[in-house]
Amino acid sequence: MGITNKTLTAQSKGDAPTARPPSKEASVINWLPLVPFFLFATMFLFLPSISIFIRSFESVDGGFTFDNIIALFTVRDFINAYKTSLSISVITALGGAVFGFLLAYAVILGGLPKGLRTFMTTFSGVASNFAGVPLAFAFIATMGNAGLVTRWLENAFGFDIHAGGFTIYSITGLSIVYMYFQFPLMVLIMAPALDGLHQEWNEACANLGGTNWQYWRYIAFPILLPSLLGTAILLFGNAFGAYATAYAFSGSFINLVPILIGAQMQGDVLFNPGLGNALALGMIVIMSFSMIGYISLQRRAARWLR
Amino acid sequence: MKTKNIWAWIILMIGLAYFFLPLLATFEFSLKMIKDSYTFEAYRVAFTDPQFFRSFGYSFFWALLTIVFSLLLVVPTAYWVHWRMPKMRPWVEFVTLMPFVVPAVVLVFGMSRLYGGGLKVFGTPILVLTGTPILLVAGYVVLSLPYMFRAVDTGLRAIDVRTLTECALSLGAGWRVIITQIIFPNLRTAILSGVFLTFAIVMGEFTFASLLYWPAFGPYMEEIGAMRAYTPQAMAVVSFLLTWGSIGLMQWIGRGSVQEVTAAH
Repeated sequence: MGITNKTLTAQSKGDAPTARPPSKEASVINWLPLVPFFLFATMFLFLPSISIFIRSFESVDGGFTFDNIIALFTVRDFINAYKTSLSISVITALGGAVFGFLLAYAVILGGLPKGLRTFMTTFSGVASNFAGVPLAFAFIATMGNAGLVTRWLENAFGFDIHAGGFTIYSITGLSIVYMYFQFPLMVLIMAPALDGLHQEWNEACANLGGTNWQYWRYIAFPILLPSLLGTAILLFGNAFGAYATAYAFSGSFINLVPILIGAQMQGDVLFNPGLGNALALGMIVIMSFSMIGYISLQRRAARWLR
Repeated sequence: MKTKNIWAWIILMIGLAYFFLPLLATFEFSLKMIKDSYTFEAYRVAFTDPQFFRSFGYSFFWALLTIVFSLLLVVPTAYWVHWRMPKMRPWVEFVTLMPFVVPAVVLVFGMSRLYGGGLKVFGTPILVLTGTPILLVAGYVVLSLPYMFRAVDTGLRAIDVRTLTECALSLGAGWRVIITQIIFPNLRTAILSGVFLTFAIVMGEFTFASLLYWPAFGPYMEEIGAMRAYTPQAMAVVSFLLTWGSIGLMQWIGRGSVQEVTAAH
């Protein structure tokens, strides 16, 4: 057997591999085509991340230090940046999840005309990708000082949206902007999940004397919960890493972690390269935890939604 | 049943308002460059700016490069994983999902520090890439990985890679024939949807281009946004049409298949 395998491998060298189970010698050849991909990932994903990790522990003169990490939890600007970033991300993730779910429900199960469904999915695909600089401009034209909605509310109802101290260039304002790409993403992911609810489950529930409320409370909602939470986590990460939208919208007015990192990159504003790395490391850590949560929830969701 | 229907309509209306009001407002705003009348003056100004064409051209070029490299990287890998190394599929997928863990701004930060003279062996930088667009395109390829891999992976799942390849091999086909005449035509739809999405993402991308100081459409828009009043909104309309065009084409091509789309913001 060993001899046959060897001859086979020798023959297949430089030639088309045979249709037999690969032998041990052939397994090296099996790895070769994957080399470019993993090399690329190492160079442009893993090494930069590892370098951020290592340099977070580097002091200004190049020695080892925990000061940068400690600074994350003690310097007021950093704490505030993380607080703001986290709260915007959590608020828009929850808001996007709830409204996106309701919208997906309305379109899929709400008894609306079928055509609206395709329209909504296409539009959600576009809207969830319509972000960054143009999105910021769109909302300035909508709710900025001379925005359409601002003027309309003023002219039609005499209502000044700035009367209560509200301005679009604030955390609330930025949250409204982020929602534009948040809830369409929820619609995109929840629509197939809602489709995955088998009609039979509803019927079985009704046959057993269950009400519609009971169907949702004890059957549909528990089944959907993992994908709901999973998507909410995805939305969280979506907002947490957003740089372009925030930058184009408010410059550096709003103190967000990505904005701080960008500023640190453009000119060493913190006067300490290690601090920038620590800020970036903090983002990676938070995102890693949220991804672990997402992946495990995806596994649970896959159980029922086939 | 009736009340449920009414609620569905109400929610739909709120959703549509949220979708369309900003678009409508942007369009209306872009028409108001000349006082007291609606004109396309802002568009005329925008389209006569040579900088617009320059930055747009650059972004187009970056998008093409990204698409080529992303395809070269993803298609053979995904194909090989499906045919020979199914055990590696979760690992490859894990790598392609990494851009969700490392946000663009963090990745560009790490890259520029590492390849801006930071990768040192015995005190001398061994690989300085900051003067070349390699980092920019590599970054864009990273951003495109989740979408490209997912699209190609879904396409490969729909066909029997093993049978197709082994039939072709036993009929005496060479690798060139297998890739160009068997695998590629079967994956055309999947590849195209990945291509359009990548195109849409790169054309409006801001973070990488701005922080690596390369000319592109995203930073150009941001720049005029800080300088002028009405042309930015005209640019936003152009950009929206571009996104709409790419995604619309993608969904039209991939009718019937389930897709997940997200962007890098």
